[in-house]
Amino acid sequence: MSVVAAASLPARYVAHTMGMPISLALRGRHTDDADARGAWAETMAALRDADRVFSTYRHDSFVSRLGRGEVGLGECPPEVGDVLALGEQGRRQSGGAFDVRRGGALDPSGVVKGWAVDRAALALRRLRDTDFCLSAGGDMICHTSSGSGAPWWVGIEHPSRPDRLVARVPVWNGAVATSGRAHRGDHVVDARSGSAPTGVASVTVVGDDLTWVDIEATAAFAQGPEALHWLESRAGRTGVVVMEDGRVATFGQRRGSDPRRLVGTGAAG
Amino acid sequence: MRRISLWALSTMTTLVLLIGYHTSTSATLSAGPGADQAVISASGRPAATGATVASGGRTTRTVTGVASDTRYGPVQVQLTLEVATLTDVAVVQYPAGNHENEQINGYALPILVEETIAAQSAQTDMVSGATYTSADYAESLQSALDQAGL
Repeated sequence: MSVVAAASLPARYVAHTMGMPISLALRGRHTDDADARGAWAETMAALRDADRVFSTYRHDSFVSRLGRGEVGLGECPPEVGDVLALGEQGRRQSGGAFDVRRGGALDPSGVVKGWAVDRAALALRRLRDTDFCLSAGGDMICHTSSGSGAPWWVGIEHPSRPDRLVARVPVWNGAVATSGRAHRGDHVVDARSGSAPTGVASVTVVGDDLTWVDIEATAAFAQGPEALHWLESRAGRTGVVVMEDGRVATFGQRRGSDPRRLVGTGAAG
Repeated sequence: MRRISLWALSTMTTLVLLIGYHTSTSATLSAGPGADQAVISASGRPAATGATVASGGRTTRTVTGVASDTRYGPVQVQLTLEVATLTDVAVVQYPAGNHENEQINGYALPILVEETIAAQSAQTDMVSGATYTSADYAESLQSALDQAGL
């Protein structure tokens, strides 16, 4: 873990678990004191606990043993059932494009990250008069204590040019998740076909909680060319879809008007 | 979901801005029956027009819109225009203060940009991208932000 702090800038913390970097920015009353460090330690402990239960890379995790049929769901901690229920909701709502079971294998990773980070952030929410932004491998929760001061500005990375942003979004209280091919290659597939989606380069969803925007970003990306259409059917979200041909569209629900606002070729350059 | 739209109209081009506020309550903001938009004409009656700056052959102009009173407090938008191209949008005044704002200030519509992170880093707190692994984190924008302490 490392701490970088400067006057009037957020204090930053970085650690690794679940095979990804966890970045925290704090500003306000508790940024570099015992309360802040304690909350950060609690956050990391909660993520590591989740990793021990859910990791498909750990032979002895409950999820690995459940997948091999060595234990039943009733023998697993109750949160395993919670996560699988969320996965089932995601599967139904995406028409089967999103599925934690593929080819007989159980892999709830598409649900676990957002869910685990939402839960781990509870320790940070208890810091009074303190704003935080907690990112797990590029998906994040933003919180401002008053909801009325400066937002957290989240840059949305260009899917094929990682030195560029395609958009920025101010978030006071909410979550941002992006799914795409950058960094990890073709790790998302359309569960209906088993193939990597085509046509879409990345999907970013902004909403209330990370559990759902993470599921939705993955589920939308899996649907390829249908991603934007599907996201526009869901209320209370905003976001950005970047297509493989460079088109960029933002979306957001507004009552009584076309939710799609800007479509152009410029930003994806 | 409640949104306040701020429309900026200029003589050379039409710019559409949207500041969204997440809320479960409703507000009467302006304009007409059923409208949920506050209208500011940047070319018609700006509250203040900042200095026009010419540098490197490019002319930029800053326009600060009229502070618009909403039920939740004043909202004011500042535009930076480069010739006919919008280069920056800054909301210089947000509703501030009371508990009710905790409900309305959730998140907004993303704003498309065409700049590199170097130009943006001062205004970017975190970077959202397809999942970073620990292995490629070292080369990521997020890593740069973390190390720079920005």
